[in-house]
Amino acid sequence: MSIRLESGGRLIDRSKPLGFTFDTNPMQGYAGDTLASALLGSGQVLVNRSYKYHRPRGIVASGAEEPNALVGLGQGGRFEPDQRATTTELFDGLIAMSQNAWPSLGFDAMAVNGWFSSMMPAGFYYKTFLWPRSFWKHVYEPVIRDAAASGLPPKEPDADLYEHFYAFVDVLIVGGGIAGLQAALVAGRAGARVLLIEQTAHWGGRAPVDGVEIDGQPADVWIADTIAALQAMENVTLRARCMGAGLYDHGFALGYERLSDHTPGDGRPRHRLWKIRAGRIVTATGAIERPLSFAGNDVPGVMLASAVRDYVVNFGVAPGRRTVVVTNNDDAYRTALVLIDAGLEVPAIVDVRERSDGPLARECVRRGVRAETGAAVMKVKGGKQVAGVMLCRANGTGGAGALLECDCVAMSGGWSPVVHLWSHCGGKLLWSDEYAHFYPDPSRAPTGADGAPFVSTAGAASGCMASGEVLADAAEKGAAAVGAAYSGDLPQTNDIEELPMQPVWVMPTGALPELRAKMFLDFQNDVKVSDVQLAAQEGYESVELTKRYTTLGMANDQGKLSNINGLAVLSQSLGEAIPQVGTTTFRPPYQPISFGSIAGEARGGTFQPLRRTPMHDWHEAAGAYLEPVGHWKRPYCYPKPGESHAEAVAREVKATRASLGMLDASTLGKIVVKGPDAGRFLDMLYTNKMSTLKPGRCRYGLMCNENGFLMDDGVVARLDDDTFLCHTTSGGADHVHGHMEDWLQCEWWDWKVWTVNLTEQYGQIAIVGPNARKLMESLGGMDVSKEALPFMGWVEGELAGFPVRVYRISFSGELSYEIAVPAGQARALWDAVLADGAAFGITPYGTEALHVMRAEKGFIMIGDETDGTVIPQDLGLDWAISKKKDDYLGKRAQERSFMTRDDRWKLVGLETLDGSVLPDGIYAVGEGENANGQRNTIGRVTSTYHSPTLGKGIAMGLVAHGPERMGEVLKFAATDGAMIEARIVDPVFYDPDGEKQNV
Amino acid sequence: MSDVQPALGGAEFDGAGARVVEMPPKGMITLRGSPDEIGAAVADATGCAVPGQREITFEGEFALGWMSPDEFLLMCPRDEVGTCLKSLGETLAGSHHLAVDVSDARAVFSIAGPGAREVLARLCPVDLASTAFGPGEIRRSRIAQVPAAFWIDANDDIKLICFRSVARYAFDVLCGAAKGEPVGVLR
Repeated sequence: MSIRLESGGRLIDRSKPLGFTFDTNPMQGYAGDTLASALLGSGQVLVNRSYKYHRPRGIVASGAEEPNALVGLGQGGRFEPDQRATTTELFDGLIAMSQNAWPSLGFDAMAVNGWFSSMMPAGFYYKTFLWPRSFWKHVYEPVIRDAAASGLPPKEPDADLYEHFYAFVDVLIVGGGIAGLQAALVAGRAGARVLLIEQTAHWGGRAPVDGVEIDGQPADVWIADTIAALQAMENVTLRARCMGAGLYDHGFALGYERLSDHTPGDGRPRHRLWKIRAGRIVTATGAIERPLSFAGNDVPGVMLASAVRDYVVNFGVAPGRRTVVVTNNDDAYRTALVLIDAGLEVPAIVDVRERSDGPLARECVRRGVRAETGAAVMKVKGGKQVAGVMLCRANGTGGAGALLECDCVAMSGGWSPVVHLWSHCGGKLLWSDEYAHFYPDPSRAPTGADGAPFVSTAGAASGCMASGEVLADAAEKGAAAVGAAYSGDLPQTNDIEELPMQPVWVMPTGALPELRAKMFLDFQNDVKVSDVQLAAQEGYESVELTKRYTTLGMANDQGKLSNINGLAVLSQSLGEAIPQVGTTTFRPPYQPISFGSIAGEARGGTFQPLRRTPMHDWHEAAGAYLEPVGHWKRPYCYPKPGESHAEAVAREVKATRASLGMLDASTLGKIVVKGPDAGRFLDMLYTNKMSTLKPGRCRYGLMCNENGFLMDDGVVARLDDDTFLCHTTSGGADHVHGHMEDWLQCEWWDWKVWTVNLTEQYGQIAIVGPNARKLMESLGGMDVSKEALPFMGWVEGELAGFPVRVYRISFSGELSYEIAVPAGQARALWDAVLADGAAFGITPYGTEALHVMRAEKGFIMIGDETDGTVIPQDLGLDWAISKKKDDYLGKRAQERSFMTRDDRWKLVGLETLDGSVLPDGIYAVGEGENANGQRNTIGRVTSTYHSPTLGKGIAMGLVAHGPERMGEVLKFAATDGAMIEARIVDPVFYDPDGEKQNV
Repeated sequence: MSDVQPALGGAEFDGAGARVVEMPPKGMITLRGSPDEIGAAVADATGCAVPGQREITFEGEFALGWMSPDEFLLMCPRDEVGTCLKSLGETLAGSHHLAVDVSDARAVFSIAGPGAREVLARLCPVDLASTAFGPGEIRRSRIAQVPAAFWIDANDDIKLICFRSVARYAFDVLCGAAKGEPVGVLR
C-alpha cells in the first residue's frame, strides 16, 4: 500500500494540511500536493476502472501522460469530468469522484467484461454488432455506451469565467524545465521579447528529482537563481500553470493558463487561453518515460519508475513499501536509490540487459540491492493491488518463474522526447537506435511564410538525455531563436555515465499468447499487445489504420505512453523497422483544454453579437415578440395582452390596410455607390438597367451571382448623376457590400467606383396605409403630394424638423413612404410619428405582417422564394431582366440549357380548396415514381400564410409548367400522409392593378 | 434638429482594469479616393497631416485616421460635418472620390486606466505593447466578434469605434474584459 513518508517532499508544505474527498471518503493531503500524490499519500492505490474491461486501475504516472487517474472533479456548476489527478493541484475541500465504475470502485459489476476479454479482441464491436442493422442504434450502441462511458457530462451551467489574451513575442519558449530556463536566459539577455510558459506550478522540471547538480550546487539553486534573473528582465514574461496546447502555422501558438483551478471561486477567471504570435518558438517540452509490456502491467501499483521517484522526492509519498524495479536502462536505478534513501525496500532490480555494471548499478549493488540481469517480469500477481511479480528469463517464453513479493513495480522502458508540439505544424522526426525513440529532425523543421524554420526544440525534447547536453542544446537554441550563435560559458553538470539501453517491446521477448493478452499498451483504451498483433495479422499495415481499428492512442491522453510501444509491436508483427512504420499524427491540444477557455467571452449575453436598431428599446418596451434576421432581432409582431401572435399579425395587417401602419425598416442594407462608372457597375450587378435611372427616382432590382441564381433584391435610388444608393435585404448588406468590393478590387479594378456601407448611418421608418399621406402632411415640412413625390420617387428635406430622405416605395401594396433619418435621431422621429399617427390609429407592425402583406401582393422574398437554386426567370421576373444589356452577372449562366428548359418549376399562387393554410415547404406530387422508388414531385410551397385581408389561406409555390396550368388542382403530400388539394392561381392576390399604392 | 442620441445613452463602467465610457457622438466622414488627392484636400481643410499606414493625426478638434490604402476617416466636431463635406466637395470637385457623413453609424468608447491595453488584448488580435502601439497609431481590427477600430489619443486614452447596432455587445465585452485583474504583461 502507498503511504505518506515521515519526512521529505520538496513541493509540499506539511504545515498546511488540506482536506478533500474521494468517492465521498474524507482524505488529507498537504499544500503543494497534486490530487494524485494526495490519493497515494492517503493509501488510495485503486483510482479507476478501465474503459472496456473495467479492470482495476491505479496511478501510473506523475504528469500529463497519466492514462488512468481520471476523476470527476467538483460539484454543480463547477463539476468537470475526466480531470487528471496527476495535473490537478490539491486545494482544501476538493471533491473527486471515480469514473466508469458501477456500483462502486471496489466492486464493479462490469468487471465481468474482463473475464470475456479473450472474446473482445480488436475490432470486436465492428465484427459483432453488424447485424441486424437496426439493432445498432437501438440496442447495441446504448448498451455499449453505458458500459464504456467515462466521465459524465456536467448538468449545470459553468459557474466560472474564462478569457482570451492575445500576446505577441519574439520568442515563445514552451516548457520551464532547465532547458526552457536556459533558452529563455539566452534569448532574454539578447533583448528579445520572450514568453516562457510551463504547464505545472513549478519551474525546473525533473532535474531536482533526478539529482542533477549545476555548477556544483543542487539544481534547485540554479533554477531559483535563473528565475530571479529572468524576472528581473523587463522583456521576459514567465507564466507557470500555462501549457503550450498547440502550435500552428505562421508562428501561432495556444497557451492554456489555469488561473484558478486550484483556488476555485476566487473571482479570477478559471482559464485564460493565450493566443500567441511568436517570431520563433522553442519547445523545451522534456521527455516521457515509456512503460514496459509485461503481463499484468496495468495492475494498480505498477508505475513508471520516474513517477515513483517523483512521488517520493516531490511529495514525500511512497507508492509502495516494497518496490521491484524493472528496466532496460540505467536511469531506473535512480529510482532504486531514491527509495533506499527514503528507507523503503527494493527487493530486486530486474534488468533485461545481460550486463549492467554502470556507476548507478554499482551504487545500487553497493547499497545492497539485488540486480537480476537478463531477467524479465513474466507477470504481475494481484488484483486491485500488486502482490508480487513472477520473474523469468528476458529472452524466454515465460515459463514458470520465481515469485517475488512486492506492493509496487517501478518500470522503465526508456524515454521518448515530447515531440508533440514540434509535430503539430509539420516538424519531422528521426529514429534513434541508441535510445529507441523518435526525436526531431532539425533539418525538417516547421517553416514559416519566409520558408525559414520557426520552431526548434531544446533539451530532452531534442533527444538530449544528459543534463549537460540539455543545457548546451538549450543555450544554442535560445541563441538561434534570436538569430545568434551561442558563445558564452555553459553551466557545468554532474552527469553520470550511463550504459546503453536495450529496447524491449514484449517482455519476455518470446511471450506466449496467454501472456500477450494481458500486456497493456494503451491503459486508457484497454488495448493490448495481442490486439495490435491481431490487427497486423488481419492486414492493418498502416499505423494510422491500426490506431483506428484497435483504438490505440485514441483516448484523451492521445497515446502519450502507448504510442511508441504500440507501433514497435506493430512493426515487429509486420517484420518492418520502426521508422518505416512511422508514427500516428500528433494533433493539438497537447492535453485536453476546457470548452470554457475556447469560448472565452462568447457566452450568455455576449455569445453572439446582437444588432439593435435605434428603435430596439422601444420594441422591447412595447412587448414585441422578436425574431432573428441576420444578426438583427426584429419585431415579428406586437402582441397585446391576451393576444396570440396570429391574432396580433392579423390585427396589424388589417389596421395597416384600413388606415395606417408603421414599420422599423432600419435593418435594410444601404450601400452608396459613387463614381463616373457607377451606372455601368450597377448594370453589371443588377439584372435590369440602372444606368438609365433618373436622379430623384427609384427602381427595384434583382442581383444574381455568377451562376445566375438570385442572391439579393432591393430598391436602388439615384441620388445624383454620379451616385446611387442601393438597398439590400436585411441579412444581405454585408454580403452584398463584400460582393461589390470583390468585383471592384479583383475584376474591374480600373473602373472608377467607390462604395461605402451606410446601413448603420440611418434609421428607416416605413409609414404605410391609405392615411400615410395625411400623416406625412401632419408631420409637416415637405411636399409629399402625388405630384411632388410620385410613386418610385424620393425627395430630401425636413419632416417634423428632422433631416430626412423620403422614398415613395411600397412592399405592401399600400400608399407608403419610407423615411431615412440619421440613426441618432431615428428614435425621436419614431416617437413623433407615433404621436401624430394616433389620430389615424397608427399601428406598428412586425416582420410577419410585412410578409403577409407582400405575399398578398405576390412580391417575392429572398430566402423564401429563392434558395440558391432559383433564377429570376423561375419567378416570372423576366420584366426585371434587361434585354438591352450585353452582360450582367449571371446572364451567361442563365442561358445554359438547364436554365432555359421549359419544365423548370415556376412561380404561381396557390389556394387550398377549403381555404386552409398550406403547410410550408410541402411538395406537390405527380404521377409515378423516380429511380429511387419515391413518388415524383412536381412543385413545392415557398411561402404560405393566412391572409387576414382575404380571410383565407394564400400561398406561393414553384410548380412545373405552373403558369401554363392556371386553375388546375394539385395534390400536396402532408407529412402525416394526408393529401391536400390546392388550385393554381395568379400570385397577386390583392389589388392586382396596383391602384392602392399609386395614389 | 432633434437631440442626437448615442446608442447607449452614454453608458459607463468602472472595472478593476479600466474605465469604459460611451462618448458623445463625434462628427465622422468617410473619405475614399486616391490617397494623394483626398489626403491633400483634407489636410488643407483641417490642418491634419496626412497619416501613413496605420496612423492617425490630430489637429485641434480634428483627427484623420488611415483606414485602408484608399480610405480615410475624418473626425470633427459634429456641427462641422456639413461645412467639411461642402469644402471637401469643392476642393475635390474634379477628382473621383466619395465623401460621406457616417457620424451616426458608429458608437465611440473611451477605455482609460492602467489596464486599458490589457482590456483590449483580451478581445483584439493586435499587438498592444507600448512599443508596438503608441500615440498616433490606429488599428482596424475586431473586438471579440465585431469589427472595431481604435487609437490612442493625446491623453493616452484608448478610443474605440464600432458600428452603432452592436454598441451594446461591444460595451458588454469591454466591461467583461475590464473587470479582470491585470494579466501583468502590458503596461
